[in-house]
Order: sequence, then C-alpha cells, then structure tokens
Amino acid sequence: MRNSFLIKTLDKNSVLFLTILAIIAVLVPVANLVVPPESPFHLSTYWVVLLGKYLCYALLALAVDLVWGFAGILTLGHGAFFALGGYAMGMYLMRQIGARGVYGNPDLPDFMVFLNWSELPWFWRGFDMFPFAMLMVLFVPGLLAFAFGWFAFRSRVTGVYLSIITQALTYALMLAFFRNNMGFGGNNGLTDFKDILGFNLQSDATRSGLFVATVIALMLAFILSRAIIKSRFGKVLIGVRDAESRTRFLGYRVENYKLFVWTVSAMIAGVAGALYVPQVGIINPSEFAPANSIETVIWVAVGGRGTLIGPVIGAVLVNFAKTWFTGVLPEVWLFALGALFIFTTIFLPKGILGLLAKKNKKPKPAKPSDKPQPQPAE
Amino acid sequence: MQRLITFFTCLFFLTVPVMSAKAQPVSNEPAPNGEATTNGAASELSAPKQELPALVEELKGKSTTKKIETIRAIAATKSMRAGPILEAYLNGKLFKKKTDGTIVIIQKDGQGLLLSDPYSGKSLGTSPKNKYKKIRVNNRLRGVIRSVLGSLQLRHPDRLKRLTAAAAMFKSHNPKSIPFLRSALKAETDEDVKKRMREALAAAQLSGTNAQAQMLAIKVLENRGDKPALTLLQSATRQGASAEVKERAETAVRRIEKTLAYWEIGQTIFYGLSLGSVLLLAAIGLDITFGVMGVINMAHGEMIMIGAYTTFVVQEVIRTTAPALFDISLLIALPLAFMIAGSIGVAMERGIIRFLYGRPLETLLATWGISLVLQQAVRSIFGPTNQEVGNPSWMSGSFELGQLVITNNRLWIMLFALAVLFALMAVLKYTSFGLRMRAVTQNRSMAGSMGIRTGWVDALTFGLGSGVAGIAGVALSQIDNVSPNLGQAYIVDSFMVVVFGGVGNLWGTLVGAVTLGVFNKFLEPAVGAVLGKILVLVLIILFIQKRPRGLFAQKGRTVEQ
Repeated sequence: MRNSFLIKTLDKNSVLFLTILAIIAVLVPVANLVVPPESPFHLSTYWVVLLGKYLCYALLALAVDLVWGFAGILTLGHGAFFALGGYAMGMYLMRQIGARGVYGNPDLPDFMVFLNWSELPWFWRGFDMFPFAMLMVLFVPGLLAFAFGWFAFRSRVTGVYLSIITQALTYALMLAFFRNNMGFGGNNGLTDFKDILGFNLQSDATRSGLFVATVIALMLAFILSRAIIKSRFGKVLIGVRDAESRTRFLGYRVENYKLFVWTVSAMIAGVAGALYVPQVGIINPSEFAPANSIETVIWVAVGGRGTLIGPVIGAVLVNFAKTWFTGVLPEVWLFALGALFIFTTIFLPKGILGLLAKKNKKPKPAKPSDKPQPQPAE
Repeated sequence: MQRLITFFTCLFFLTVPVMSAKAQPVSNEPAPNGEATTNGAASELSAPKQELPALVEELKGKSTTKKIETIRAIAATKSMRAGPILEAYLNGKLFKKKTDGTIVIIQKDGQGLLLSDPYSGKSLGTSPKNKYKKIRVNNRLRGVIRSVLGSLQLRHPDRLKRLTAAAAMFKSHNPKSIPFLRSALKAETDEDVKKRMREALAAAQLSGTNAQAQMLAIKVLENRGDKPALTLLQSATRQGASAEVKERAETAVRRIEKTLAYWEIGQTIFYGLSLGSVLLLAAIGLDITFGVMGVINMAHGEMIMIGAYTTFVVQEVIRTTAPALFDISLLIALPLAFMIAGSIGVAMERGIIRFLYGRPLETLLATWGISLVLQQAVRSIFGPTNQEVGNPSWMSGSFELGQLVITNNRLWIMLFALAVLFALMAVLKYTSFGLRMRAVTQNRSMAGSMGIRTGWVDALTFGLGSGVAGIAGVALSQIDNVSPNLGQAYIVDSFMVVVFGGVGNLWGTLVGAVTLGVFNKFLEPAVGAVLGKILVLVLIILFIQKRPRGLFAQKGRTVEQ
C-alpha cells in the first residue's frame, strides 16, 4: 500500500532528485567530519553551514512554489512565515542558554534583563521544551496563514491585490518585531545561542547534524508537496490556478482548496526558518523585510515555477551567486539580481527546468511557451 | 531737524512718564523722527549728549557692583547705541586699546580684528591682535545685561524686535520687568505689539504678589489662551496671592484646556492632511499606471527617488554657478524631474513591460528588478549616504494660525499635491491623450478596434505616471532624507492608498490618501507611531476583505479579467 502510494506520487525525475539529496546528506558530513583536513576532498565547516543555509532557502522556495506554481497565488510575504518559524526556534534556543547569558539570569533572556523585565511574558512559556517549540514552529505560521487566507480567499482577493497585501502583512510584522516591548528582542533579535538539545551549536558535528536534518526536511517537504499535487486535490488546485472562476462554477469550493495549500505552504516555510536559525545563529526582524520575500519569488522563477524541483535548484544557484558576488564585487550584486529578475521574466518564463524540458522535446515544431497563452474565458 | 525732534519730545513729556532722569539723545545716529515718536525714545533726547561715552568708560573699572549700576545707567540713557554696546559687552566683543584705553567693538575676522566705533557703529578698519585687551565680563554681569537688553529691545525702532522682546519678557515673566513693560506699553502705538506687551505685563504681574493685578492678569492670559498662558495660570492656581485669585485661575485653566483640546484636534488634522498630501503625491502616478495598464510598477518608488536626486543635482549646479537662483531651484527641478523620470518610464515600458502583457505577476517581478537596478545605480553614482537638499527661503519657516503651527513647506506641499491632482484630472478629461487613455482603461480591445494605438497610449501613460512620481520626488526632497532608499519607504504606503481608494480613480486616490493620513495621525498619539502604522496596515488588509476593489471601485465587466 505504501509502495503504491510512493510510486503514484514520484516520477523518474523525483526519484533522481531525492537520490541526489540523499547522497548529499551522506557525502557532506563525511567530507567534513571523516575526511582529514589536508585531503582535497575535505569540506570546511564554513561550506557546511553555507550549504545548510542554501537548503533552508530551497525549502522556503519549495513552499512558495507550492502556492505560486500550483495555486496561482503570488506571495510576496512568505518571508513572514519563514521568520515566524525562525523566531519560534530562536525562543527555544534562547531558553536553552539558561544562566549562561551575560547577566547570568537563569529565568530571563539577556534582553529582558536589560529592559528590566521582572518575569517571562506568557507567550514565552513552554519554549524551554523542544517538542512544544517544534509544535509552535508549525502552529504559529500555520495559524497566521489560516487566518489571513480565511479572510483573503473568502472575499476573493486575487492577483496583484493579494500580492500587495501579503507584502503589507510581512511589512507590518517587521515593524512590530522591531519594537522592543513586543518581547522578541527588538531590532537585535535573538542571538548568542549556545546549544540545541544539549549539543553545542558551535561544534562541527552539530552543524553536520543540522545539515542532515535540513536535507531530510527538504526531502519530506518535497514528497508531501508531490503527494498534494498528484492527488485529486492537486488536480483541482491546478484548475484553480488556470481558471479560477471556471473551477468555481464547476462546483468546487475554490477558497477551501487555496486555504489548505496556503496553510501547508506557510508551515513548510516555518520549518525552513526553524532550521535556518540554529545554523546562522541569529534571527532578527530584518528577516521580515518585504525585499527578502520578493527575492524568494525570483529563486522560484529562475528554477522553474510549478516544478517543485526547479525552486530548489533556483534557490541554491541564486544564493550561491549572491555569496560569490557579495564577496568579489559587492556593488554589482544588486545590478545582477535586478537583471536576473528582468531576464528571467522575459526570456525564461518557465525557468531553467523549462529550458531543459524544451531541449528534450526538440522535435516539436511550435514553441507554445514563447507566446502568452490565450486566457480561458471566465 | 533737531528742533523738530525736540518739539516731539515736548509733546511726549506731556503723556509719557519719564523713566529716568539720565535721559540722553541719540548722539551719532539720529533716528528718523517717525520712528523716534513711535518708540518714545525721543522723550529723552534733550538730555546732555556726552554721557554715554562717559558711562561706557566706567566699564573699564573692576568692581562688579559698580559695573552693574553702570550697565543700568547705560540702558537708561535710551541711546540708540546703548543696545549694540551692551550686546557687544555681553558677547565679549568690547575691547580697549592697550596704549590709550580707547574703547572699540571688535569683530573677529579671518586674518585680524575688525574694529568699529561703539558710539557710531562706523568701521575703524582692521588691526593686529595684540594691541587690544578685552573688557572683562562675568556671569553676574551677563545676567544683568540680558535683562536690561530685554527692556531696551522693547523700545527698539524695529517692530519685529519689539515683538520678540515682548515674547521674551512673557517667557521670563519676571515681576521686576513690570515698570519697563508699563512705560513701553504706553509709548507703543502698534496694536499687535501692544497686545503682546500687555500679555507680557500680565505674565509678570501674575508672578508678582499683588492680588488685584493678578486678577486682571488672569483675564488677559485667559484671552490669550495658549499653552504658555496655560502653564502660567496653572502655577497661579497653586501660588496665587489669595484664594479668590486661585479660584479664578482655576476656572481660566479649565476654559483654556477646553479650547486647547479643540485646537489640538485641528493641529492633528493639519498633520494628517500634510501626511495625506505626501501619500497623495506618492500614489497618484501609481494609480494612473495601475488603472490604465493593470500593471503594478514596483519601480514607482525609485521614480520618486530619481525626482529627489534631480532636485539635488539642480541645487548643486545652482550653488556652484548661480547662487542667486537658489530660491527658484525647485521650479527648475520640477520640469527636469518630470522629463527624466518620465523618459525612464517610457523606456521601461517599451523595453521591458510591453513584452509581459497579460502576465501582471511577472510584470511585478520585472519592475522589482528594475527598481533594484535603479537603486544600485543611484548608490554607485551618488554614494549610499543622505544628500542634503536645501529649502528655498519661501518654503522654510512657519506661521501660526490661532493656536495652529503651520510650517510653510508642508503647506506648499499640500497645495502642490492638489495642483498636481487637478492638473492630472484636467489632462484626463480635456485632452485627446486623456480621452484615449480613458478609452484604453475601459476596454482595451475595443479602443484598439477604434484605431487607438494602445501600445503608444501605454507607453505615454507609463511615462506620465513616472513623470508625476518624479515631480512628487521634488516635493518630497523638501521633507525627507534624500537617499537611495527613499523610494522604498513610500512603496508600501502608496500601494495601500491606491488599493484603499480604488484603482483607476483619482478621486479615490485623494480620498484614500487623506483618510489614511488623518487616521494615521490620530492613531499615533494614542498607540505610538509604529503601532499606529501597523494598525493602519492591518485595518487596510481587513478593509480589502470587505471591499476587494477599494472605496471607489470601477464597475463593468472589463474589471474582472
């Protein structure tokens, strides 16, 4: 039964993709921990952390693709869910510091001592327990997405309007988290983490462990997303994307389909944020910046919208380029990123994967993707 | 001439009580008699001439107590030069020659000392440093000089100087200044100045101990009815000379507080309108492009930024080549900003956006890319820091309207925003381009069938929208930091305005901008600036749920695409 489910869900490319991820999950820690540093095959911890970061972004891109690629919701605010997941994890890590902070207060994180707070706010309670924190990583972004989506989809806010209010959402959250009295560390955010589940965050082994966890999360999220889009539910969703009114007239409750996939996507983004924070060691309100969310969308566009694999490739490639550019030619990076936005939207509407797919199907004479498809009547 | 003055003086002796026996004429600088009469300074003109120099000589002495008397005496001469001399003394600019003790006023120049004669104010040329010695002044003397100068200023020929002096007296409300104020008031003819002096007198009397005078003073202050008067009255409720005074002060306080509350609301509305006009300027161009083309231009904020930078460049050029033109720098910058931002807009449309029609979401991403490129370009050319854009003289300063403080630049920006709005409306309504634009907005394919070149209308619309953003940038450069991030700050706000007001409707944009501006400013004192902004955003998000197409939604079947 389980076998047949997997076969139905995963095609040849997906299996290949998952296999590559699995190989990476084994090779990277081995190259970092087992291979001696002198060997040319040794991978420094810097690269492990960097790759881990890229894969967290890839997970976020996957979440964006799920809503943009399959439900037609262009979100410019997924960074909000990512950051909320990150904050939930950050709060757990803050509580793990215990009395080792600068002020040595066993009950309160440093910034609260600094602000002269006498006791822990209610919303910090329970975050010293890992399972609770992990639940919150899923629950908080999920709840926000559910509430937001409930209102938005029910009143049929679509297209650019929806994009703009998602942007306003993350912008509002950014302003809110910048406030000191919100209780999340103001503009410094949460940092100075010591350990996670008792493992020292600075040690190479923990970092490799987090890397493997990220890869596994990415694989699971990929399988989940495939399962959603390959099911009957997913077919309706694609119908919503291509002709929303028509799907509604056929008797489907469009808003429920959208709401479900939107909430799932937000939870995946939350997990991505939660994995991101222990690896980079800080979470602050700038993660909510609208620009970040828009950048995420371009990863998806570069890799190939609506392919699930493409966004992962896009996220890794664009971020690798970003790391390289900001190291070598920092002032050129924004030019390059801007040009990438323009180039991709005009010349690569299906992204890198679309390009590859087109090459494979060369015998076909017409190139349907080059012209805008006539919109179905609604 | 001298006789004429003496004649006026005699007239004044009949009406004005002479404050001091040591009255003295204006020795070297006879004032035009008109001024002299209004000032009452003429009343002392008949007294011996040479006393001012003699008194000033006394300042060379050592005893502070004696010097204080001298300072009072100098002030009492009522000479035109007494003020400048005391001011120079206060600021440590009064020097004596080491050789013969001649007193001079010295202004420090770049190279040497610039001398002037204390009694005539005429320049005596320059001199090397070491020949003169400063006449010492200490803090006790400075205090005396300041209070004395205040009363001197009350009789200054310049009306503005008298007004400031009266205001300063009001602020210090020192009972000792009552006699000065009384005499100055009697000599005063200008109604405005009189009123200010009366208020200053009342303030001083209220700080005194005379219960009867206090009762009268409370009435005067109650009529003035602003914040400083309120503060004075509040202290009177505690320190009044009698219970009756205290009670009277309390009723006055209550009445003033009530009226002040209304003024406060008025002031908040003004701030709100000001913010609304800024939002209107930022959003109006966006509304045009969004309305006609259904395209969200994420680079709109950057067009505003380019307008602001155009102003900066224009001002820089003016500073180096023709400083006299500085006051009209904004007028020069306006058409330039429109042309530059507009042509960038046309180029954007022809070069990029027209390939993306029918794909609004991709357009959004592409224009975001353009905005990144423009931002980085400006950062590379001008650097990442804030650039200084000056206010021309007619835009700086402020005035009071009742209890409202109205800053000139905000007022101009309001008027400007309205002018831009109405100009755009006129363009849309009365020009053939506007007609075509409206046709394309309502039904693109039908407009195309009627022979309108929709492509060109699109390009020009985009140019117009961007150009308007450019001139908005000129205005915003006056109140905001001009940096590469300028546009980013406005983009979310202007979208909110457009979405709230309803797309493709300029009236909607006006109503949206003003509503959001005023609402924001009323929320701010209650919940703080940041939380206020968050609340506004949340409320707009909720509002869109209720009315997804904004306040003034377009109707018809072409709307749902």
